[in-house]
Amino acid sequence: MSERVVITGMGIVCPMGHSVEGVWEGLLTGKNGMAKTTIFDASTFPTTFSAEVKNYDITKFTSKPELHEHCSRGSSFAVGAAVQACKQAGIDIETDSPGDGIERRRMGVYLGAGEGSVDNVNFFGAMVNGWDDEKNEMDWGKWAEVGFGKMDGMCELEQEPTMTGGHIAMLCGARGVSRSCLTACAASTQAIGEATMLIRNGKADVMVAGGSHSMIHPLGVSGFNRLTALSTRNDSPETASRPFSASRDGFVLGEGGAIVILESLSSAKKRGVEILAEVIGFGSSSDAFRVTDMHEEARGAVSAMKSALEDAGVGVEDIDYISTHGTSTSENDSIETLAIKTVFGEHAKSTPVSSPKSMFGHLIGATGCAELITCVLAIRDNVLPPTANMIDRDPELDLDYVPNEPRKAEVHTAMSESFGFGGQNNVLIITEKKA
Amino acid sequence: MKERRVFITGVGAVSPLGMSVDEMWEGLVAGKCGIDRIKAFDPVGFTCKLAGEVGEFKIRNFVPKSHRKATKLMCRDIELSILAAKEAVENSGLVTKAIDPENVTVDPSRMAITFGAGVICCDLEEISPSVAKSIKDGKFDLGKWGTDGLESLTPLWLLKYLPNMLACHVGIIHDIRGPSNSLTCGEASGHLAIAEATEVIARGSADAAIAGGSDAKVNAIMMLRQCLVGRATVDRNDDADGACRPFDADASGSVFGEGSGMLVLEEAEFAKKRGANILAEIVGVGESNNLNAKYESLEAGGVGTQIAIETALEDAGIEAKELDLVIPHGTGIAGDDASEAEAIANALGDAVDSVAVWPTKGMLSNTGAAGGALDVVAAVMAMKTGKIGPGKNCDNKADGCKLNIVNEPVEKDVRYALCCSYTFGGQTAAVVIKKCES
Repeated sequence: MSERVVITGMGIVCPMGHSVEGVWEGLLTGKNGMAKTTIFDASTFPTTFSAEVKNYDITKFTSKPELHEHCSRGSSFAVGAAVQACKQAGIDIETDSPGDGIERRRMGVYLGAGEGSVDNVNFFGAMVNGWDDEKNEMDWGKWAEVGFGKMDGMCELEQEPTMTGGHIAMLCGARGVSRSCLTACAASTQAIGEATMLIRNGKADVMVAGGSHSMIHPLGVSGFNRLTALSTRNDSPETASRPFSASRDGFVLGEGGAIVILESLSSAKKRGVEILAEVIGFGSSSDAFRVTDMHEEARGAVSAMKSALEDAGVGVEDIDYISTHGTSTSENDSIETLAIKTVFGEHAKSTPVSSPKSMFGHLIGATGCAELITCVLAIRDNVLPPTANMIDRDPELDLDYVPNEPRKAEVHTAMSESFGFGGQNNVLIITEKKA
Repeated sequence: MKERRVFITGVGAVSPLGMSVDEMWEGLVAGKCGIDRIKAFDPVGFTCKLAGEVGEFKIRNFVPKSHRKATKLMCRDIELSILAAKEAVENSGLVTKAIDPENVTVDPSRMAITFGAGVICCDLEEISPSVAKSIKDGKFDLGKWGTDGLESLTPLWLLKYLPNMLACHVGIIHDIRGPSNSLTCGEASGHLAIAEATEVIARGSADAAIAGGSDAKVNAIMMLRQCLVGRATVDRNDDADGACRPFDADASGSVFGEGSGMLVLEEAEFAKKRGANILAEIVGVGESNNLNAKYESLEAGGVGTQIAIETALEDAGIEAKELDLVIPHGTGIAGDDASEAEAIANALGDAVDSVAVWPTKGMLSNTGAAGGALDVVAAVMAMKTGKIGPGKNCDNKADGCKLNIVNEPVEKDVRYALCCSYTFGGQTAAVVIKKCES
């Protein structure tokens, strides 16, 4: 017998705030999270701005900050988001004797967690110390002088993406299934999808799922800049993320953590907690095309959307809103539009779609979960978050992108899409709680 | 209750013991050691100068013509994955696009790919010229990097180092269009990837999959990391053969390495219909977490490991005494080995005296995300050949270790085998496989 899976808690730390309600209010009132990069001096980089999490203080969330002392930026966001989500779902944290009625062996963690930043000062310092300009090669002995002399072991180990899940397990005492995946920009959507499957198939009752990531560091920005994936609209960071507009020139790199509590319907009922939404469909596919580009006919995206619909047992006419991947890159927004048209056919133009990335930026591994949370809120409040900065319409892109202003609309069922570098496609469908 | 059973029909391995499953297996049963002084870089100044490295190869010779250009975008982890996946697919007899594009025997959209991957550190030598251009007054200057350094990086540089690129390249080569996932759970990644691929097939999202793990840990940053947190052995640099000593009284740390282990998994009816050679069945998986504020090491008693093993046995529907072989994580880190030994002993109960335990890292080294997958390949080979190799370097069992560690190669009919792993960070995993009687 297959278990139904519901969402009973949500938490977020992102460039637009550190609470679900705060971020939601910002999305509906025209705020955004973009500004000049301050985490490091990016003034000579092709892109000098980003969407940073500001004024974040982990001690406002955890009573045991010593457990997270060395953790990466991404992991610290995950902790804040998980604390919020657990509290909403009535899950006891930071205790050896939880009284929330959840057996810890039946509680798991599944994150799309990103790697941490290198220790920049010592990483580059070691390379400079080791670099022999005359011989044009690395002297590893001199590299090791800095490496062994200055780098900190735990700060190094905390860069490994598996550590984030370890912190979250410590927080809530989870002893069940424990995984994390890193499928680029699709990671947290995939994590939530696979976690849903684990509950459905009886492998867990409760999963703490979502993702976290920060790539706002010199190597991260360098990598994306070299790929020409980032917007370089340095004179106007606030309008730089303009998904589906003709003048879009790349995404705005953001960072954050987003967590949902997934729970079997029977466990949620037994515990008497509020059900926020039900996860009814998951579709996952790969393009198998090129590592550099999406398939030009959106083969993989179409297949993932169709699988999700089939899994949910609903038709395209049942989807009231699509939260797009909508990155603001030329390629993604065109191909995603094509994918929606291919799958939705005559319903494509009457189905509103939008991209919250226009406001909070691209949270990379965390982005899918952050966007799923906005879908839950759209269903709750019957309002669609807009695609901000729709300044000039791209004549090729003719869907209803909910331009610039939020819109009242009846939303019963929503689809959330994530596509990652390398052709990773993951799609979730959620629906309102049924009485 | 499993509606759709999942068989292993192909195995592939690239390891410090050789470039194929057969070479690895010959090495393992002979107690050969794949550990030596690091060749990938000069380890002068490193406290541990040893690693398990894979031999040299030219990846261009192992990819289809259509994918040769893409070899420029491959870090070593990707290359190792391609080699092991190639062997596994060839071994299975499944015809993918890479084998023969005209006679493909599996619908690409019904095939999945799930890999365990390590975090990939960029090649320091590759970015050295860019760093060299960013030096001002003898120091690294971020301002110069932003202009001169960054500009000299190859444009697609980032794509070489994303952990999902292992599965993406292999997926493109073999034309795999179903679910593709990359699990990044450190040293538990291999088993977790196999567990997830099994679930993907069992729930009907695919009929076949390539699943396994790859890691190329032999670079300065990764080695430094393990040295700094005290996981690498530092006092046996002159004794490569005896350096990694799982469960031994003289164990002083692990030795890290590189490799890739791959399986082809198929749904039972699908495999039977095409007359596949069935090597084994995946009958149970289990997972948990070690909860330890010292994230780099296992909690005392190894509770999380015990839970993973118990869950896997329950999932398999067998008693501990039915196991013929356990391949533990056994890293050679004394404290972790002690906790793992306790966990396995508790999970086995009275069967602890009789179940053979065979640690492999004394020979293969600790290959990170590849380790779990290589161990499952070893377990399959044990079933196929009726042999278990020696637990190298466990000459005197550590105090308190109750495990029945095999010291000499033994002939034995292996019907059920369990492999388990854990990682810094806390994730634990166990996989039970069953021999398929023909």
